[in-house]
Amino acid sequence: MELVAIFISAILINNFVLYYFLGICPFLGVSKKIDSAFSMGLAVTFVMTITAVVSWVINHWILIPHELDYLKIVSFILVIASLVQLVEMFIRKISPPLYQALGIYLPLITTNCAIMGLALLAALRDYGFAETVIFGFASGLGFTLAIIIMAGIREQLDLADVPEPLKGPAIALIVAGIMALAFMGFVGMIK
Amino acid sequence: MSTKTAGQEFIKGLWDENPVFRQLLGLCPTLAVTGAVINGLAMGLATAFVLIFSSLVVSSIKKLIPSQVRIASYIVIIATFVTVADRFLAAFFPPISKSLGPYIPLIVVNCIILGRQEAYSSKNKVGRSLMDALGMSAGFVLALLILSAIREILGAGTFFGYQVMGAWFEPWIIMILPPGAFITLGILLALALQIERRTKSRK
Repeated sequence: MELVAIFISAILINNFVLYYFLGICPFLGVSKKIDSAFSMGLAVTFVMTITAVVSWVINHWILIPHELDYLKIVSFILVIASLVQLVEMFIRKISPPLYQALGIYLPLITTNCAIMGLALLAALRDYGFAETVIFGFASGLGFTLAIIIMAGIREQLDLADVPEPLKGPAIALIVAGIMALAFMGFVGMIK
Repeated sequence: MSTKTAGQEFIKGLWDENPVFRQLLGLCPTLAVTGAVINGLAMGLATAFVLIFSSLVVSSIKKLIPSQVRIASYIVIIATFVTVADRFLAAFFPPISKSLGPYIPLIVVNCIILGRQEAYSSKNKVGRSLMDALGMSAGFVLALLILSAIREILGAGTFFGYQVMGAWFEPWIIMILPPGAFITLGILLALALQIERRTKSRK
């Protein structure tokens, strides 16, 4: 039951983009077309799930037993950066079609604050292993949902008559605000 | 490298190359912590501290860093100063540290800082890099202050925790919630663009 609650709340209620404001750069940058938004979402979900596993192992097997809590920031960022590189090489070797789909988006993920935020939030909340993995996977899905909706709206926006100074990021942010408003309707789904 | 005077290096961060309004960098913390002015200010100063000291270190040891591993080296340098800022806030200002939560450690992935190292400090002398970092920090703090002042005054009727609006004022709760952050920043960006267009067309 606890796990279901974490899953739903990470997708709908505490959505990474619309509630925690994490991953705004790709959310605004790669949301012009639905296809690329979908690939980006997939890549982020993939990396987030792996990051959740690896950061939990590092935190609970290395940092906490040796009382190295203050090294959390340095070790997490280094591990995430090398992890993304590793995943990229691995996918290129194992599945070229998947690499074609995710390829150019993977390196961008290193600087995506959503990944680092996920590792930090999971550590902050003291989640167990299963909870961390579910949290990572669901947060990725939540990101994917938000970026696909955004891309859908922006494809329509191209046809709309937007005032000159609002074009580009300004109108995208206002749309994101309205989306965040809509997502607030899910608060209260979970007690 | 650059023909600007030291003063111009500083000034450009305030408007022409303002990290938030002109370059759209560092939007995550900008949106996340600006519900109250005190949080915005703390975030701005912490980021400024990290940016200034990282720029100092990077520009003084730039000859020692092999270019293949420069990004990783910058990240380690930045992460070190972020840890210092994080521990400092946790030790001396526990309430602020608590309300900023994971966003202080997240300064490490703030693209403003890495961007300045890559674009500026790694190519320029220490003094210039310092001026550049000071200017960018001032621009970032300014952006955070504007956004958090609007949101706190309209959303809670207070400024720095002091009541500024009369009893007649009904707070717009939405402004301190996430949607308010997106919409306010969107409007501010449009305003900045409009001002820029006006000044350009006058020239």
